[in-house]
Formats: sequence, structure tokens, C-alpha cells
Amino acid sequence: MSVELGHFALILAFSLALVQAFFGLAGSYRKLDNWMAASCSAVAGQLVFTLFAFACLTAAFLRNDFSVLYVANNSNTELPMFYRFAAVWGAHEGSLLLWLLILSAWSAAVALFNRTMSPEFTGKVLGVLGLISAGFSLFIITTSNPFERLLPAALQGADLNPLLQDPALAAHPPMLYTGYVGLAVPFACAVAALLEGKLDAAWARWVRPWATMSWLFLTLGISLGSFWAYYELGWGGWWFWDPVENASFMPWLMCTALIHSLAVTEKRGLFKSWTVLLAIFGFSLSLLGTFLVRSGVLVSVHAFASDPSRGLFILIFLTLCIGGALTLYGWRAERLKSGAGFAVVSRESFLLFNNVLLVVAAGLILLGTLYPLFVDALNLGKISVGPPYFSVVFLIPMLPLVLLLAVGMHAGWKQARFTSIRQPLVITLIVAMLFAAAMTVLIFNRFSLLCFVGLLAGGWVLLSSLIEPFQRLRAGHSLSRGIVAMSLAHFGVGVFMLGVTTVSTYTIEKDVSLNKGQSTEIAGYQFTLTKTEPVSGPNYEAVEGTVRVTRDGQEVAVLHPQKRIYRVRTSPMTEAGIDAHWQRDLFVALGDELGNGVWSLRVQYKPLVRFIWLGTVIMALGGIVGVTDRRYRARAAVQQDQAQPVPARS
Amino acid sequence: MSITIRHLLILIISNLLVASVWAVDDAQPFADPALQARYESLTHQLRCLVCQNETIADSGATLAGDLRRELHEKLAAGQSDEEVLKFMTDRYGAFVLYKPPFERRTWLLWLAPVLLLITGLIVVVRVISKRSHMAIDAADEADQGDQA
Amino acid sequence: MWKFLVPAAIFAVLVGFFVVGLHRDPSQVPSPLIGKAAPAYSLPKVEEPSVKVSNTDFAGRKHLVNVWATWCVECRKEHQVLLEIARQNVLPIVGMDWKDELASAQQWLNQLGNPYVATAFDQEGRVAIDFGVYGAPETFLIDEQGKVLYKHIGVLTLEVWNQELLPRINGQKS
Repeated sequence: MSVELGHFALILAFSLALVQAFFGLAGSYRKLDNWMAASCSAVAGQLVFTLFAFACLTAAFLRNDFSVLYVANNSNTELPMFYRFAAVWGAHEGSLLLWLLILSAWSAAVALFNRTMSPEFTGKVLGVLGLISAGFSLFIITTSNPFERLLPAALQGADLNPLLQDPALAAHPPMLYTGYVGLAVPFACAVAALLEGKLDAAWARWVRPWATMSWLFLTLGISLGSFWAYYELGWGGWWFWDPVENASFMPWLMCTALIHSLAVTEKRGLFKSWTVLLAIFGFSLSLLGTFLVRSGVLVSVHAFASDPSRGLFILIFLTLCIGGALTLYGWRAERLKSGAGFAVVSRESFLLFNNVLLVVAAGLILLGTLYPLFVDALNLGKISVGPPYFSVVFLIPMLPLVLLLAVGMHAGWKQARFTSIRQPLVITLIVAMLFAAAMTVLIFNRFSLLCFVGLLAGGWVLLSSLIEPFQRLRAGHSLSRGIVAMSLAHFGVGVFMLGVTTVSTYTIEKDVSLNKGQSTEIAGYQFTLTKTEPVSGPNYEAVEGTVRVTRDGQEVAVLHPQKRIYRVRTSPMTEAGIDAHWQRDLFVALGDELGNGVWSLRVQYKPLVRFIWLGTVIMALGGIVGVTDRRYRARAAVQQDQAQPVPARS
Repeated sequence: MSITIRHLLILIISNLLVASVWAVDDAQPFADPALQARYESLTHQLRCLVCQNETIADSGATLAGDLRRELHEKLAAGQSDEEVLKFMTDRYGAFVLYKPPFERRTWLLWLAPVLLLITGLIVVVRVISKRSHMAIDAADEADQGDQA
Repeated sequence: MWKFLVPAAIFAVLVGFFVVGLHRDPSQVPSPLIGKAAPAYSLPKVEEPSVKVSNTDFAGRKHLVNVWATWCVECRKEHQVLLEIARQNVLPIVGMDWKDELASAQQWLNQLGNPYVATAFDQEGRVAIDFGVYGAPETFLIDEQGKVLYKHIGVLTLEVWNQELLPRINGQKS
């Protein structure tokens, strides 16, 4: 019964989204306060009903209600309780419901924290968010209903995809979706600004924390996915340039550009139309990702949704949403002009470079991802574009970006002088050079120019991000949250760069066949397979190997790689055995039994691999500090600003 | 929109030979490190058709194993990279190359980095040259914090 | 003014491509062998392993080469269709048992019936690679000169047989 209630709640949520859209937009144009208030109430109602629908589906999972098709397809009585929660978003229909829930939560947050903006503006933002909600709930109701009944009920469920039965991957979709969907808020604000034909510093200040929040969730979500791929897929890679990964990476790049562009718009009232365009691009790319992943137009997605009506629906929705916003942009963007200037060498110039390079990077990934589709659509045959393309091409905008970052973060607004910063910059550059030389020549004993440049750039950014906090503290000043946020995020970039460069140049990997008692050696570590034994989990059987790792006769670690067969879906899964250490991971994955007790194993030595995720976590920390900046909460200061708005010229 | 879709393929398509989720090479590595490096680089450039989103180096499908074996034998027999890649494309088409060759239908793909960078540079130069001639304080805003 | 419409224009082009893309199956990889000579092979015969099956046995005759295996779930479904096609006696079907066990392949043919004039046993999968096979079942139509006319990927159905293969066998479609 609660399943039908859930379905009904979903339909109510759809209706309320329409109410929200209508009263928000119409109320804003007719300046009717009670209409705009109705829009806010509709947001609250929508959140409640979506939450209720979500709870109904969750309840169906918890009580193993296999009369619900979606539950029958994605759960099983043997599935541990924790994964029954995660199974709610384990496939297409439920993950869309999660999408919708997060969108209504973001909308509610907008309705709640709107006090610093005019009611007309909030009305428009909520109106646009309502339209997006309505589109998505209609999509769920018409093509992807998670509440569809299965009659007669199945006796047993088909189990959750074993790949998803992992804590990191259970948390990955909610994180990532929070980021994706969060981009709807800057998008709605951009559309609202275009509709009003007015964009001032208060606007930028208001949008910044929303963009930063989406960015930090995206950062963490992508990072979790990459971490999961690293230990779960068995071959120790952490990024594959798969279309699905690219679909999440492009919005991240756009959002990163947006955050920086918003800084200029807030401080100097510049780059207004550009900021608006980036806000539109960010959400557009997350919608585009949804389309690519769920429509079957790219190979990656083939298994997600075979139903072409879904692809068509998203395409129409996408066209209305993005096409509408971009057309509006073409029509109104000219009004968002500003007359301020800046010197050739100034923070504004550096941020302009940053933005252009980030957009170029996103554009290249978009082109590479879609190119096979273009070629096929033009009847020129089937081609593939994969990691060898992306990993080379991506460096072209990214290396200059990171090198510019080391200098650019110290540039002052309007006109940069660098007088007090020249000496520490040179010193940090020299230290970074020495470090890169030491790493390549002394520690790893193999010089590669690309690796040298990567380490140099990473090390320089890392050190350079510390200069300003250091100087301020030494001079007895306190650190504002803005500075801490920026330094932390950039420090994270440096850490990330060091990890990526080192691990991609100096990983040692070996595939071996070992019998019990035999051993192999890489990077001075001795790996001995001591035994293999069957173990069994709640819903899987596994073979667990025991691998003893020693160095110079001293035991370093005992690893337990597993090879699991999940009972229902009978798919093999590898659980790598990893000895994590800040400076290196030792990674063992169990392959196949080759007969006579001989097992194939892949052993890897991955230096500084932890820096990759450590870097992203530090970046996200920077984001958290940035969001909690007092500036965004200080109403008095904002009102003061509003009293002297920047005139928008038209 | 999870990262798992690529692997759902392996799980769902049941009529394909899938031995394990990832690949372990049975072949002994080449004694010559240069040859081994070429082997690894080639296996990382070729797309496995069975699972379609992995290189033959990473795929556990038996077809990928067979292709690695062919590649191994051909390199051992002294064939060049071009000969090996031609062997693959003659049979499976350009689809197997994760790094598409520069040709009529891919020129845009390969020139895109340069074209986009030049376009970006033009934008940067134009904006900066315009703005640097404008009054710096025309629409400046007083702000309490001095950093972004 | 017009420069602000550039993003919208680019997006419109993208949408055009997506509309076309929705109607394509990205996982179907066309064979580069179409119109070219089918690869030569000489392999043990499943039905009688001491005898070799080779492409020259069928020179001068239009024939089908059907790649199958006992581990392939879909092939079981397809087998019934192949038996029906064999009954129509339009052209010989040559089997290509791919990466299989000899005993189970023989058992399969004994139990389910044998639609093939001969089945080549490609245990190592080398001939399959020459044919550009990437998943069973796959079916090739080869003409009198030994050229590949058509390749069908996936289960052969009577619909495919009637609409794609028969017209090509009769020379009504190329």
C-alpha cells in the first residue's frame, strides 16, 4: 500500500513543482508578495512529498517487498541491511528519485536562505528550479517509475549489482548528485539575472557559496568514485577517461571556473556575462551527463537504460532547459556590461587565464567524449577516443594553468605589483625545482621531463599557497577565512599534482603466477603467497589469498586479497589487498586459479598514490572553509552594499 | 550516473566470455625491457571489443587475452608497432584504437587542443587589451575583505 | 549582440547530433572485412576431429559461417533458427566453434541437432580473430569468390534471415 502512496506523493510533488514554478515566476513579474510566498510553500510541500516517496521506496527495500519491480530487480533477502539502503539509488529509477529529492532539498535551502536577495529575484530563482523539478518528476513518473508493481510478486530478488556493494560506492552517488544538482542553483540564479537584466556584486556574493558547495560535493563525489575504482576494480587505476567519468568531470571543471569568475564579479563587478554563461554551462553539462549516461548514445551507457523513450525525454528536456537558457543569454547578456578596467598584470588577468584554460580543458573532454558520436552520425564509421587521447590532450591546458596558479594567487586586484612577494616566489620556485630534481634523479632514479615539470608545478603551487598565510601570521595579522579557504584549496591542488605525477610515472606493476610458498619481488618488497582459502560472506563466496610482504627480511604487511563470487548474480569481483602508507601503496589483486594451486596475481607498487585523494580532500576542505566565510552571512554588510548597487548598463 | 556502468556491461552481457573482472597476463614478460615497454604501451592503446570500455591490457575477457597473445607473438617475431596495429584494424576496424590515427575524419579531434587554445588566447588578449585601457576604478566596489 | 548567440548555436548543432545518435547502436562495430576476401582457415572438424575443415572446401559456393560456442547462452536460442534455415536448404552453413571444449561441442550437436555441413573447431580463437569476431554468435555471408558480403552480430533470427540475408543471397540487396 505504501508503494502506491509513494507513487501518489511523487505525483503530488510534480504538481507542487508546477505550482512553485508558476507562482514564483508570475508572482515575481506581477510583484505579488503572496504569490511568491505561495511558491516558497510549494517548495516545502515538494520537499515533504519527495521525501515521503523516497521513504516509501526505502521501506519497500527494507521489508524486501518483491512485488515492486524495482526492488525485485535490485535487492535480495540476503543483502545486508546497509546495502538495502544503498540499493534505493542502485539503479536508474531510484537514482533519479534521489536526484529529485536532492533538487527539492536545494530548492528548500534557497527558499530558506533568501533573505539577502529581493523577493522578485528569489521568486524567479524558485520558478526556474520549479520548472527543472517538474521536468524531472515528469520524467520519473512517465518513463522510470520506481513504484511499478510486479504481479505476481517475485519470491526472491535479483540482488544489488555486486559492484555497488561497497561502502564508498554506496556514498558516491548521493555525493555526486548533490554536486550535480547543486549546480541548478547558480543556473537558476543566472537565468533570473538575465530575466531581470541586472547583475550586481550582491548577486555574485549570494551565488558564490552555492557554487562552492556544489563544487565541494562534486570534488568529494568524483574522488570517492575514483578511490572505489582504485581498490575495487582490481587493476589499480584511478581514472579511466570513461564517458561516465568524463560526464562528472566536465561539470567540475566548469564549476571550478565559475567559482573563480564569481570572485571577479563580486570584487570588481567584471566578467558578468561570462559568469552567467559559466553558471549555465555548469548545470548544462550535468544535464548533458545525465543524457549521455542514460540514453545509450555512447557505448559506456549501454546497460543503464535500454529504453529509447528515456533518451528522447531527456533530450527534449535538455533542449528546453539549456536551449532556453542559452537563447535567453544571447538575447539579454549584452545588458550585463561593466565599465571597470584592470592592468595587464593583475589578478583579473590571471583569473581570466584560469577561466579560459579550464573551459578549454572541459571543451576538449567534451569533444573527445562526443567525437565517436559525431563520426558515426556523419556515417564516417566507428572510432574510439580513449585514455591515450585524453591523458595527452588534457595536459595542454592544465600544465600552464597550474604554473600560472603559483604566481596568480598572489596577484593583487586591479594592478599587481608583486613587490613583497617576488622573493618568496623565487625561493619557492627554486625549492620546487630542487625537489623535482631530487625526486626524479635521486629517489626514483629515472628522469622524465614531463614528470619533472609535473612535480615542479605541483611542488611550487603547494609551497606558493603557503606564502600568504605565513607572511600574514608572521606580521601578526589574523587569517581571514577567505585566505584560509583559498590557500587550502590550492595546497590541495599541489598535493594532488604531486600524487598524480608520481604515481603515473613511477608505478611498478607485475603480473605473476605463484604457487603457495612462492614469492616475487618489486621495488625491494618481497611478496609471498602463503595460502589461499575459501571464505564466505553474507551473500557471496570468496577465495581469500594471504600474501606476506617483507622488506629486507622484515615483515611489512600481510595482505588478504579476495576474489568473490556473488551468489545471485554470479559475477566475479575482486577485492584488492592494499597496504596503505602515506608514501606508497602496496597493492595485490588475486586473478584466476591456473590449476595445481597456482594463482595469478597482480602486484603493484604505487608511490604517493594516496596524495591523489588526500589532495582532493584538502581541496574540499578549502571549499568548506570558504562556504562558512562570515562575509556570506553578514547581513549588515550586504545591505550596505545593496544601498549602492553597481549600475548595470544597458 | 555512477562510475559503474562500464562494468555493468561485463556483468550483464551474458553471451560473452568473461573470466574475471580484470586481466592477469599469463605470458612471460619480455626479457628486453624496451620490447616489454612497447608491449605494454600497445595493450593500453587497444580497445577490448567484448566489454568495449576497457583496454585489452585491463580486460579480463578471454578475447582480450587472445589479442594479447597475438600481440605478444607478433612483437616477439619482430613486427613493428605499425604492423601490429594494422593487424588489429584490418580485422576489427579503427574502433579498436583508443588513440585514433590522424586522418580526414579525425583532424578536428587532433587539432582541437591547438584551435581551442588559440581561440582562448585571442579572447584573453582582446579582453585584457580592452580592459587595460579603461579606468581602473570606474565601477569599483569597496569591500571589507581584500582577498577572494 | 551576435557573439552572445554563439553558445546557443553550438548547442543547436549538438542537439542535432544527439537526435541522430539516439537512433544508432554504439556497441555494433561494423566489420572491415565486408567486400574483402574472407580469411583462410584449416581447422579440425568437430564432428570428426581427424578431418580438417578449410575455407577451400566451400570455394565456389555461397555459404554462411556461423560462430558459436557451448558457453554462449544466446547461441542455444539461435540454434533452433539455424536448424530451420538448414531445413530450407538454401545454402550450406559452416559452423565455427569458438574457444570451446571438443566433447561438449560434440554433445551439443548430437543433442540439439546439427544444422552445419561441417563445424570447424577453433580452440585457440586465432581464426576468430582473423574474422574479427568479438562475441558469439556472429554470422558471415560469404560469396562464391570467397568475399564477405555481410556480417550479422548477435542472434540470427528468422526476421534477419528473411530481411537481410535472403535478399543478399539472391543478389537483390548488397
